[in-house]
Amino acid sequence: MELLLLFISTVLINNFVLSRFLGICPFLGVSKKLEVAFSMGLAATFVMTLSAIATWLIQHYILMPFGMERFLQYVAFILVIASLVQFVEMFLKKNSPALYQSLGIFLPLITTNCAILGLALLSALNGYGLVTSTVFGFGAGVGFTLAISAMAGLREAMEFGDVPVPFKGVPITLITAAIMSMAFLGFSGLIAM
Amino acid sequence: MDNTVLIAVVSMGAIGVFFAAFLAFASTKFAVEEDPRVEAVQSILPGANCGACGQAGCSNFAAAVVAGEVPVYGCPVGGSETGDKIAEILGMEGSGGSGGKKAVAKVMCNGDDEKCKNKYRYIGVQDCVAASRMAGGGPKACEYGCLGLGTCVGVCPVDAITISEDGLAVIDEEKCIGCEKCVAACPKNVIRMVPYGQQVHVMCNNPEPGKIVRKKCEVGCIACKKCEKACKFDAIHVEGNLAKIDYEKCTECMECVKACPTYTIVGDLENRKIARILEDKCIKCTICKKNCPFEAIEGEVKQPHRVLEDICVGCGVCYEKCPKDAIEMIGSKVEKNKNSKEAV
Repeated sequence: MELLLLFISTVLINNFVLSRFLGICPFLGVSKKLEVAFSMGLAATFVMTLSAIATWLIQHYILMPFGMERFLQYVAFILVIASLVQFVEMFLKKNSPALYQSLGIFLPLITTNCAILGLALLSALNGYGLVTSTVFGFGAGVGFTLAISAMAGLREAMEFGDVPVPFKGVPITLITAAIMSMAFLGFSGLIAM
Repeated sequence: MDNTVLIAVVSMGAIGVFFAAFLAFASTKFAVEEDPRVEAVQSILPGANCGACGQAGCSNFAAAVVAGEVPVYGCPVGGSETGDKIAEILGMEGSGGSGGKKAVAKVMCNGDDEKCKNKYRYIGVQDCVAASRMAGGGPKACEYGCLGLGTCVGVCPVDAITISEDGLAVIDEEKCIGCEKCVAACPKNVIRMVPYGQQVHVMCNNPEPGKIVRKKCEVGCIACKKCEKACKFDAIHVEGNLAKIDYEKCTECMECVKACPTYTIVGDLENRKIARILEDKCIKCTICKKNCPFEAIEGEVKQPHRVLEDICVGCGVCYEKCPKDAIEMIGSKVEKNKNSKEAV
């Protein structure tokens, strides 16, 4: 029950993109097409879940026993995340070249995506256990996928809308993101934790 | 304290080595074999990613060419030169570039401020699209002509378009990369794609009957069909009150330019080509004489042939028919004079 609550709160209430404002770069950059955005969400979810597990292991079995978690956390976590992203990149290039093409530069940029480092750090900060961390990571990924897919859907619809010329492109996207963020604030009444 | 540093270095090193090994394993497992020709083709493409070929960008074009989905001469920017190089990479015979003649954009209107007067003074936004929505399709007397407010100038990625002093858009053939952005942007649809190097054009876009066109513009096509009659190559036809040149058939003999009473058809008459017989190669077979549609070559069998320079229009028929390649086409009168002086 605890885990389910954590999952829902990570997806909806503390959504990484719309409430914590992490991972804005791909949120704006890869949200032009629904299909591509969803795939980006899946890739990010994969990396987030795996890195949540890997960083927990490193945190608890390497950093904490030697008392190095204060100063080595960032370096170690980035190392893990970068390796995982590299792996995802190779995997996609082999199995889905079209997706690899359409994700373009944003795929390697998952490495420096603050949502993923943020996830690892938050998980360590809150002292989550292994299972909780995994659920937290997966929830964060699902939340990211939800946000980016919703954004892409809206942007696809707006392509045909009569947007005033000065607002076309990035401005209307930013305004949309702001309104979506406010809408997600409404979820904060859903669960009292 | 020393111990902490040591542990930190060793543990981080160990993690690093672990992931390095993991990635090394993954890279062999997920290795993708890429066709080296794709990279080779991409390196000789212009790299402008303009999309004029119909692909998303140069890399997509390179992949499509290697896959055989698009012709090697499919890059309109690189033209025949790039096409030849691609053919070489793919191990094909270059077709000499004839299949991939570069297309350039041309403004098919000569009705400048003097020749085609304005109906009223337009002082609104200096943009063709805005102006074309005014009463009567804009200030210009002719609703089909170039407004000269420069909407095309704004969209041209290579600054090939300028607005002349008398209010017409002019496209630099050398700079144009054939991306067709101006063609799409022009509200009057007066910009067309024409073969690069083509000199003879019908500079009018008005499909109205001659009587109406004449009132609006001094240089508009009045569909008199004089060009049709003058053309010996069936290359120009009046369709819908507008003369149209079939660029495949046109030999640039410029007979239509001479015949056009309104000076709508343009071509550099002074510099048109002329045939010259190379004495040392000529076998005096009279094939050129028989084929000349203008009777501009004289000479009997086994007698020296001669091109009558006043009559020759430079259509190039003799050049193509000559079995011994004994005829060359000289580019212009200037060149002709130079050559004849050398002969003297």
